[in-house]
Amino acid sequence: MAGSTHACNTSETMNATAETSDIRGRSLSIDVWETLKKNRAAFVATLLLAVRALLVVVAPILNPYAFDATDFDLISVGPSLSTGHLFGTDALGRDLFVRTMYGGRISLMVGLVATAVSLIIGIAWGATAGFIGGRTDNIMMRIVDVLYAMPFMFFVILLMVFFGRSIVLIFVAIGAINWLDMARIVRGQTLSLKEKEFVEAARAGGVSDVKIVLRHIVPNLLGVVVIYVTLTIPQVILVESFLSFLGLGVQEPMTSWGALVNEGAQEMETAPWMLIFPAAFLATTLFCLNFIGDGLRDALDPRDRSN
Amino acid sequence: MLRFALKRVFGAIPTLLVLIALAFFLIKVAPGGPFDTDRRIPPEIEANLQAAYNLDEPLYIQFGLYLGGLLRGDFGPSFQYRDYTVTELIATGFPVSLRLGGFAMLLAFFVGVAVGTIAALKQNSFTDHAAMAVAMTGISIPNFVMAPLLVLLFAVTLKWLPAGGLGDWRNFVLPVIALALPQIAYIARLTRGSMIEVLRADFIRTARAQGLPQRTVIIRHALKPALLPVISYLGPATAAIITGSVVIEQIFGVPGLGRFFIQGALNRDYTLVMGVVVFYGVLIIVFNLIVDLVYGWLDPRVQYQ
Repeated sequence: MAGSTHACNTSETMNATAETSDIRGRSLSIDVWETLKKNRAAFVATLLLAVRALLVVVAPILNPYAFDATDFDLISVGPSLSTGHLFGTDALGRDLFVRTMYGGRISLMVGLVATAVSLIIGIAWGATAGFIGGRTDNIMMRIVDVLYAMPFMFFVILLMVFFGRSIVLIFVAIGAINWLDMARIVRGQTLSLKEKEFVEAARAGGVSDVKIVLRHIVPNLLGVVVIYVTLTIPQVILVESFLSFLGLGVQEPMTSWGALVNEGAQEMETAPWMLIFPAAFLATTLFCLNFIGDGLRDALDPRDRSN
Repeated sequence: MLRFALKRVFGAIPTLLVLIALAFFLIKVAPGGPFDTDRRIPPEIEANLQAAYNLDEPLYIQFGLYLGGLLRGDFGPSFQYRDYTVTELIATGFPVSLRLGGFAMLLAFFVGVAVGTIAALKQNSFTDHAAMAVAMTGISIPNFVMAPLLVLLFAVTLKWLPAGGLGDWRNFVLPVIALALPQIAYIARLTRGSMIEVLRADFIRTARAQGLPQRTVIIRHALKPALLPVISYLGPATAAIITGSVVIEQIFGVPGLGRFFIQGALNRDYTLVMGVVVFYGVLIIVFNLIVDLVYGWLDPRVQYQ
C-alpha cells in the first residue's frame, strides 16, 4: 500500500490539499505514515492484523493436525494442552485450531481477491465515466444509481444456490456487487483531475486518451482509492462469512470463519468453544480492518485535514 | 414539492423494472428446474405442467405475463407449496418479518441517536471514547455472530429469555437486539459526527448566547440538522436489516419471509424466490423514495428540481 501511495507524490491535487507550507515538502506516503502512527488505535490494529495474517499462513504448517483429519477418539473435546488440541475439536474430531486458521486463509483471501475485483471494475467504470463525461457519464452513473437500489445479497444467494458453490464464483460475485461506491468516488475524482494542467500537457504531447487515463489519471486516484479499499475488505469478508453461515459459501471439508461460526452455533450448548473461537477471530479481524480504514481515512482524506 | 415528489416516483419505475427483470432472467438461466425429480416424468405430463405454469411460452411473453400479474399483486403460484400462491405465502411471512425488522429499526434509530448525541456532547471524554469503541465493536461483529453469542449468554447460560421461536414479546427480544446492534453502532457514529459539526455552527452559538438551556439548544436547534445524515442512512439501513433478517430468522427459528426465501431457493421454488426478491426489492426502493422525500422536506437547502 505504501508503494502505491508513492505514485501520488507527483500529483498537484494531493499535495495542494495537504499542508505543504514548509519548503522541503512532505511526500504523501510519509504524511500518511506519520498521521497513522499518531492514531494509536489504527497503528495497533495494523500490527494485530499483520500478526493475524502471519498466524493464519504459518500456524497450520507448524501444527501436526490436518484440517480434515478426523479423530474419532477425541470428538467434541474442549480446548486443552494435554490433548494437543488448543481450541478443542469439532463434532467429527477435527482440530479446531487448524480449521480456524484454514478458515482464516479463505476469509482473508476472499477479502483480498474480491476487493481486487471490485477495485478493477470500480476504477474502470468510474474513470471511464468521469473522463469521457457528457452523455456517456450520465448514462453510466444512472446505471450505477439503478444498481445501487438492488438487493444484491439476494441475487448472490440465488447464484450460489443455482450454480453451485465454487470459490471463484464467490470471488467474482462478491466483488461484482461491491464496486458501486468505488465507481462513484473514482468518477468524482476523475472529473476534477481531467481539468488539471498535467492532463492538458499530456494531451498536448499527443498521448492517447486511454494512456492518459491509465498513466496519469489512475495513479493519482490511488490515495482516495486506498481508503475505500480498506473499508471494502471487511465488507467483503462479511459477505463471504454471511454466505458461508447460510451454508452457501465454501464447501466441506474446506471451511471459512462464517462456516465455522455456523457449525459452532449448532453445537453451542454442548461445545461452546466451537462457536467462541471462530467468532472471536472473525470479529477481531473485522475490528482491526475497520480501525485501519478509519485511521487511513483520517490520514488520507483531504476533507478531514482540519482536525 | 409535488413536482419533486412526482419526479422521484417516476424515476423509481425504471429501477423497479430492472430489479424485476434481473430476478426474472437470473432464475430463467439457472440450471435445473422445480420439476426435476429422480423419476422421469412422462413427456405428456411434463408438457402439461409446463403449460399450466406458462413455461411453454417464449421468454418475453412469460416476462410480460409475470409483470401483468405483479401489477395485480399476483406473484404467481408456488411450485412447492402447491396449494398456496406466492402472494399468500408472502402475506403469512411478511407480518412477522415486519414486526422483527420494524422494532429493530426503531431501536436502532432511537438508541443510536441518543448514544451519538451523548458522545458528541462529551467529545473526547472517556464516555465518548467508550461509546465509540463499543460502536466500532458493534459494527465489527456481524449479526449472525452476535445472535448465537446472545443465545449462548442469555438463553443457554443465564436462561433469562427463550432462544427463539414465536410466542410473546420475550421471544422477540434477542432477535430484535441482534438485528439492531450493528445499525445502532452505525447510527451512533453518524450522529456523533454530524452533531459535533452542528454544535460548532453559528446558529448554535447564537442560541447559547441567548441563554437557552442546554436541553433546548440540543433538542430544538441542533437535533434536526444533525439528523439529516442519519435520515439518508435509513435507506441503506433498511436494506441491511432486511438482509440481516434472513439470517436472524434462520437462527431464531422465526417463521418470517427470510426463511421462505432460503427454503425456496434450496427447493428451487422459483416463483416463491422471485416473489420474495421482487417484494423486498420493491420495499427497499419504496423506502428509499420515502427517505428521499422526507429528506427534501427536512432540509430546506434541497432544491426541488
